[in-house]
Amino acid sequence: MAQFLAIIVSAVFINNFVVVQFLGICPFLGVSKDFKSALGMGIAVTFVMTITCLITYPIYTYILVPLKIEFMEIIVFIFIIASIVQMIEMVLKKFSPALYNAMGIYLPLITTNCAVLGVAELVIDQTQMASILGVATMNLGYAVLYGLFAGLGFTLAIVIMSGLREKVARLPINKHLKGFPIAMIVACFIAMAFYVF
Amino acid sequence: MKNDYKKIAFDGAIKNNPTLKLVLGTCPTLALTTAAMNGIYMGLAVTFVLICSNVLVSLLRKAIPKEVRIPAFVLIIATFVTIVRLILDYFLPDLNDIMGLYLPLIVVNCIILARAESFASKNGILPSALDGLANGVGFMIALTLMGAFREVLGRGEIFGFKVWNFTLDFFGTSAGAFFTYALFIALFSLIYGAIADRKKDKAFSPVLKEPNGEAE
Repeated sequence: MAQFLAIIVSAVFINNFVVVQFLGICPFLGVSKDFKSALGMGIAVTFVMTITCLITYPIYTYILVPLKIEFMEIIVFIFIIASIVQMIEMVLKKFSPALYNAMGIYLPLITTNCAVLGVAELVIDQTQMASILGVATMNLGYAVLYGLFAGLGFTLAIVIMSGLREKVARLPINKHLKGFPIAMIVACFIAMAFYVF
Repeated sequence: MKNDYKKIAFDGAIKNNPTLKLVLGTCPTLALTTAAMNGIYMGLAVTFVLICSNVLVSLLRKAIPKEVRIPAFVLIIATFVTIVRLILDYFLPDLNDIMGLYLPLIVVNCIILARAESFASKNGILPSALDGLANGVGFMIALTLMGAFREVLGRGEIFGFKVWNFTLDFFGTSAGAFFTYALFIALFSLIYGAIADRKKDKAFSPVLKEPNGEAE
């Protein structure tokens, strides 16, 4: 249980995907103007990241490594991610139109989100994972768990960001600072808040 | 024709600088600007991939059906990133460690996909190659400048050489990365805006001399 908690704290806070590892910055800045779309994006990313880990980790460990074609990982991973996103979109459209309406517009954007490819690359890196999770050997369970909680860390950051940006949008701001610069200064304060951990 | 090339180079590297104006490819920018040298390494890797992918996309632009163009572009980019990774693995393994995760992530760097989609898929080979080079150089300049700024203030060094003993730890951290990026975008907008205003003033000055000045 203690180890489980350690993984959660490490994945969500200490190694937060957005403000510590700089992954998924594009949606973090682009889709954080209001709370609702930020939450939708966060949930969609978390969902895709978890499923990506569930599929890419076994494919890398049990297919690419035995065949000695590890160098193909980038091409294989990006195709898996694109297919997963496409499939989730189709499944949601068919079985849950409500969820599709909430999540649908963010799904195509996720294929080129570095957070998803980043998590797929991270979970196969033994040394990185050992320092982040503190486990000696990786297995599928840890990989999926990490995918899920890293996604939740992303959701947390983007939701905090959207809340702050809604407030900042009402302030009078110099025209050169409007838009991205002020968003990044807000992100700067969020990053400082995460140093507590 | 020559002017066209000049315009492509100027637009790509300065006017529509991918990092400072369009704010694309933010992840490696924030993560790797802890030192000026990282900017050069990452800039070279991205420039290589950009030129190659732009040329190949431009070559195949009539062969790729419109519906599957995005997966096709991503496949082309992923292939070149794999090539870069293999080359670095073999010749410069240390570099591979510095760039770490951000090397494979060049695949999802929005700059490359954006250039493939908005330029290379509509233009000839030579302009596409030049566009790739210009954008890559623009990216590299921005990263190197930001890296130098953070290195000088954060560690008192520039390209690894000692400058002074004054250090602010803030600029070495992730919060410092966001702050520096914000500062540079604002500065770029300020400086570029001022230059554009001056050019406009010059262009308007004969008009302003007219008695009524209504032409304005």
